[in-house]
Amino acid sequence: MKKILAIVLALVMLFALAACGATQDDANTDSANANTDTENAGADTEEAGDALKFGFIYLHDQNSTYDRNFMEAAKAACEKLGVEYVEKVPIPEGNECYEAAIDLVNQGCDIIFADSFGHEEFLLQAAEEHPEVEFCHATGTMAHTEKLANFHNAFASIYEGRYLAGIAAGMKLNEMIENGEFKPEEAKIGYVGAYTYAEVISGYTSFFLGARSVCKTATMEVQFTGSWYDETAEKNAAETLINRGCKLISQHADSMGAPTACEDAGVPDVSYNGSTLEACPNTFIVSSRINWEPYFEYVIGCVKEGKAIDTDWTGTISTGSVVLTEVNEKAAAEGTVEAIAEAQAKLVSGELHVFDTSTFTVEGKELTSYLADVDTDDAFTPDTEVIKDGYFAESEFRSAPYFDVAIDGIERLNAMF
Amino acid sequence: MVKSPTEKKVREPLFHIVKRDAIPWWKAWLIRIAAVLIALVVVAVITLVMTGQDPIEMYKAMFDGAVGNSTRTWNLLQDTALLLIVGLAVTPAFKMRFWNIGAQGQILVGCLATTFCMRTFTGKVPTAVLFILMIAFALIAGAVWALIPGIFKAYLNTNETLFTLMMNYIALNLVAFFCFRWSKNSGNDVIGIINRSSKTGWMPDIAGNKFLLNIIIVAVITVAAFVYLKYSKHGYEISVVGESENTARYIGINVKHVIIRTVLISGALCGLAGFLLVSGVHHTLTTDVEGGRGFTAIIVSWMAHFNPFYMILTSFLIVFLEKGAIQVASAKNLQLDDNFSDIVVGIIILFIIGCEFFINYRIKFKSKDKAEEARE
Repeated sequence: MKKILAIVLALVMLFALAACGATQDDANTDSANANTDTENAGADTEEAGDALKFGFIYLHDQNSTYDRNFMEAAKAACEKLGVEYVEKVPIPEGNECYEAAIDLVNQGCDIIFADSFGHEEFLLQAAEEHPEVEFCHATGTMAHTEKLANFHNAFASIYEGRYLAGIAAGMKLNEMIENGEFKPEEAKIGYVGAYTYAEVISGYTSFFLGARSVCKTATMEVQFTGSWYDETAEKNAAETLINRGCKLISQHADSMGAPTACEDAGVPDVSYNGSTLEACPNTFIVSSRINWEPYFEYVIGCVKEGKAIDTDWTGTISTGSVVLTEVNEKAAAEGTVEAIAEAQAKLVSGELHVFDTSTFTVEGKELTSYLADVDTDDAFTPDTEVIKDGYFAESEFRSAPYFDVAIDGIERLNAMF
Repeated sequence: MVKSPTEKKVREPLFHIVKRDAIPWWKAWLIRIAAVLIALVVVAVITLVMTGQDPIEMYKAMFDGAVGNSTRTWNLLQDTALLLIVGLAVTPAFKMRFWNIGAQGQILVGCLATTFCMRTFTGKVPTAVLFILMIAFALIAGAVWALIPGIFKAYLNTNETLFTLMMNYIALNLVAFFCFRWSKNSGNDVIGIINRSSKTGWMPDIAGNKFLLNIIIVAVITVAAFVYLKYSKHGYEISVVGESENTARYIGINVKHVIIRTVLISGALCGLAGFLLVSGVHHTLTTDVEGGRGFTAIIVSWMAHFNPFYMILTSFLIVFLEKGAIQVASAKNLQLDDNFSDIVVGIIILFIIGCEFFINYRIKFKSKDKAEEARE
């Protein structure tokens, strides 16, 4: 009986101790809560003065290569220009985005940015309610038709980066052919795509054209996953492509699925959104990505100077928005760096166009006229002639890609997505 | 008591566990409160040791994220309501020992049905009729999604846990398919806000507050659910079937009938939750629209011992933690990502669920047993 009493007493003491400790925590939390409020108030008065505050809304956390690319740029731009910033993560493409935007407005943000396509209309909704705040959205398509003074789209001519990465791929294929690893007509590229969306089609087509500008016999197979981020599906798709005899893989989806599959199989890989060198030291060749830092700096500059932000901003190689990671000499063919630099100079000078209509055919014929769906509507009505001066003018009529042509030489294995 | 020599040699375990008789309510609550407090201390220690961040700052961020200003507080209340309705939906089935883990799918088909109506009937019927159609379609969709495993359970005694789980994947892929089919840009999966300019089919604001109507609807359903489960004949039948099917049969309850009726109610309520999510909150359809509520609601229901009024508390607690977790992940002064805030939420919920063990059981130690045996 004594022992039971002892145990009970001990337990009571433990609970009591814990309770004391925790109540203290609680008390602190309460007073701290009050502090937070004053902090907010402080921020408000500060804002009335001079300091800018930038709010960011991200779809996923930093484990997604797509979002991390934005986060790093945001941090760099804000720290460089001395701007305070707040992040909201992870925010799905639903009403959560609207709520997050309103919350950022309440926190005194002057500029609010969202990084995912599906965020667009929720951000637009917040923009309509808060004309005093600037709202910027990456990859969206609606700013130029909605004509809201405080709502802006931005993208970059990433197809140029893809084209340059494609050159690296073509050179690798040539090297493997020269080494006698396979015959020239077997130079097949595999591509893991998310959806049959213009951004993806534009991406793999420019990549393919880059590769074929170097390796004339190159062909391509595309496997879609039906998701922007599905590690298993992306890995499976890459494995399928490798088993079908693809000699080199590239992807437009946000996980490490495809690069990992390549490293496992020893197949060279051209990555996207940033270097995968660390995880794939033997197969990673190069990666193209959009550098969002110039855009963030541009937006901050506009707001500071009271200038209007472009409704639809397209970053290019010249603005520093389209960049390639360092080439992995271990996996890449010799002379890759030089070849990329040469092509890049031509792209910048305008001598070379990625979608030069003389370099590809559609159903055996050259493309002389094409109406693209630039202004978004439910029926996907084509509305704008986009062929001019012998090339398909991608990202010139709006920043988000609209190249959705199926060119000869690329086979879609599954087009249901 | 005579013992055989072999039995005497068996080493007795240090302690064993005995079911408690009923425990006074205040004692039970004391245990629960203690569990929360211990959880907070444990989390604080883990935070400090594992990340080196200030745990008090973290709790501060948590409160700030949940109730930091009036918009956040309203959001908290609305999300509590939306989790609560799903909790209420799964409860009748659980009380009947029908393990419906298909709430996710039932909500999603409710969302899908609502979206279908908003896309199809807007402009073709008066708004009032549109709402009736939306609600009816959502209720029916959710009910059908639950009815299929219900019928199989009632007539073929299939495993409803697996069945309802599989139905989730079907619903999820159906939604993914229609998101792609109805997307506003060719080849993408984003539908966008439905009727953004006209707001047709959106739940109306009450006194300029867009959260209130959702909350009121769920409050009414909560009371109704309480009355239904506690005072109606149906509620009694559900309890009996849950306790023992044989007893139910013996006293003349048609067990098949009760199973099917109950899963229909369960599914229809999930469908209604789907309607609220699309018409009252998101105004769009995505595969994330359900937000994990179908599974979280299971915890809500169990933690509240299937009592609708306790569920208000449990769903509030969970939503509070979730909302706080987002702020923890976003707070500038804390170097914590949302994985860590998920760990925090997980630990706290684990303690709260775990303490139910100490309410239902008590631990008997070896020495005490010997004393008792000696007395015998």
